[in-house]
Amino acid sequence: MPETKDEERSSRRTFMALTAAIGGLAACESGTEAPVAGGPRHLGSTISPYSERSKYETTTRFMPATKTPEQASSRTPLQELQGIITPSGLHFERHHAGIPDIDPVNHELLVHGLVDRPTIFTMDDLKRLPSVSVVRFVECSGNGGSEWTAPGSTTAQLAHGLASCSEWTGVPLRVVLEELGVQPEGRWIYAEGADACLMARSVPIEKAMDDALLAYAQNGDALRPAQGYPLRLLLPGYEGNTNVKWLHVIKVTDQPMMTRDETSKYTDLLPDGKARQFTFDLDAKSLITSPSGGQKIADLGFVEIRGLAWSGRGLIERVEVSVDGGETWADAELEGPLHPKAFTRFRLPWHWDGSTAVLLSRATDETGYLQPTVDQLIEARGKNSNYHNNSQKSWTIAADGSVSNA
Amino acid sequence: MLNSFRLLALAALSLPVLAQSPTYHVGRAATPADIAARDITVGPDGTGLPAGEGTAAEGAVVYANRCEECHGPEGRGADQGGFIGKPADLLGDSPKKTVGSYWPYAAPLWGYVDRAMPFDRPGELTRDQVYSVVAYILHLNGLIGENDKLNAETLPKIQMPNRDGFVPDPRPDTP
Repeated sequence: MPETKDEERSSRRTFMALTAAIGGLAACESGTEAPVAGGPRHLGSTISPYSERSKYETTTRFMPATKTPEQASSRTPLQELQGIITPSGLHFERHHAGIPDIDPVNHELLVHGLVDRPTIFTMDDLKRLPSVSVVRFVECSGNGGSEWTAPGSTTAQLAHGLASCSEWTGVPLRVVLEELGVQPEGRWIYAEGADACLMARSVPIEKAMDDALLAYAQNGDALRPAQGYPLRLLLPGYEGNTNVKWLHVIKVTDQPMMTRDETSKYTDLLPDGKARQFTFDLDAKSLITSPSGGQKIADLGFVEIRGLAWSGRGLIERVEVSVDGGETWADAELEGPLHPKAFTRFRLPWHWDGSTAVLLSRATDETGYLQPTVDQLIEARGKNSNYHNNSQKSWTIAADGSVSNA
Repeated sequence: MLNSFRLLALAALSLPVLAQSPTYHVGRAATPADIAARDITVGPDGTGLPAGEGTAAEGAVVYANRCEECHGPEGRGADQGGFIGKPADLLGDSPKKTVGSYWPYAAPLWGYVDRAMPFDRPGELTRDQVYSVVAYILHLNGLIGENDKLNAETLPKIQMPNRDGFVPDPRPDTP
């Protein structure tokens, strides 16, 4: 305790010395003993157990009107955010039967099926195992679904807000599966959540043994309930629905279980009536977040074009930006450190001269894949595939600086 | 320090072998009873379907009471989708994905109704009721008769019209 008091005295002395110095400076300039600017001042609010954001900050997720808010999605305000990390409270949501209220003390993960040692883990058990933290995006494969036939949504949030990026911490699923001994016939895993509808997906064993994570933390803190508290499956680069939240069962199987969400839903219908199935990977995508739909450029002159790019297949290697509707392109600067399968922030300085302009971006990932136009996607898949719209996104700047979807 | 590690290792070895995982010594062995209590998987071949049975005639009653409000009379759709169709409905500008037009396997339909329906109270239906509702949906699609008994043996044998409607992921598919 005395040490603390000494420190307090010491810092108080430093503060007083600083105050005196500033006061002295003022005295030198004015020749009087005036208090420092604006004084005396009221003390601010006190320390608190948990910080809320400033009352002046009001950005929120967008929630569509629905009769079934338990079976719905909310969208991240991508155009309002900086850097690459989505605040946990603004991470997009997609629930199929509401958010369960789970006491982690009672939560268990059963891992069984084609393993030598079927095992039940408590949350404490899982947290004892070797852990890793990774920055990875999660995106619903329905993101951009409104953009298939015409520019449908007015803002970056409405058009592409079913994507977010966090630092996730957990135990690699590989560690658990190796511990239990996967039998040679084990080719898939079935992952099931503890929400009311027991949502479940099948995932190839190769992915489970690669970079799959049993995640219990998000951005340094426990997962938010909306993100699967206390445990979710994180499958970096795979469509969001496979990242099963409130995870409580993993079964190693010899075949996919053909659940509703991998047959009736999350399959991509083609013009000939066939549908692509198990289209897990999210291809490279980019989006200009500023200036973007609904915003207005304040004045002529310097504008920093800002955006996000991501790829489910690895690192973003390049982002090009066009301000003339795709006639010419310039390389944007990518802000490091770069993380694979994560949001990557790009920036490009621009001089706006007050004329109308069409802005768009296109990303290239480390596999060499170039983000396509929507026409190229429609050429390959028709207009009925719903999912996996990673096409280039343009914004139109009007002469008054207002930005709209086009 | 080394000694205490040795002691820990000895202590671990002296525990029953079944109790914990081999390298990290965490978790507890899942018994067949543990697994039976938690495993609800139903495979496309019908593996995991439980005992019980039902007919479309019985299912019509369950449907009217617990399903029709959202899915409409006779599976024709309301706020939520309908169930009736054939693979040709997947063509054109307004394709309709239904049980009859799109679902490749019959048994997982049982698994889905069992786990997720009715929407406001999933898990409410008895196994016989699930069999009967599934029978009703399949009957509406002309795939079984009104009084055919649906159970773990008969359900997986039903060939869904869109059984061969799915293809693997060929991406990348753009230049």
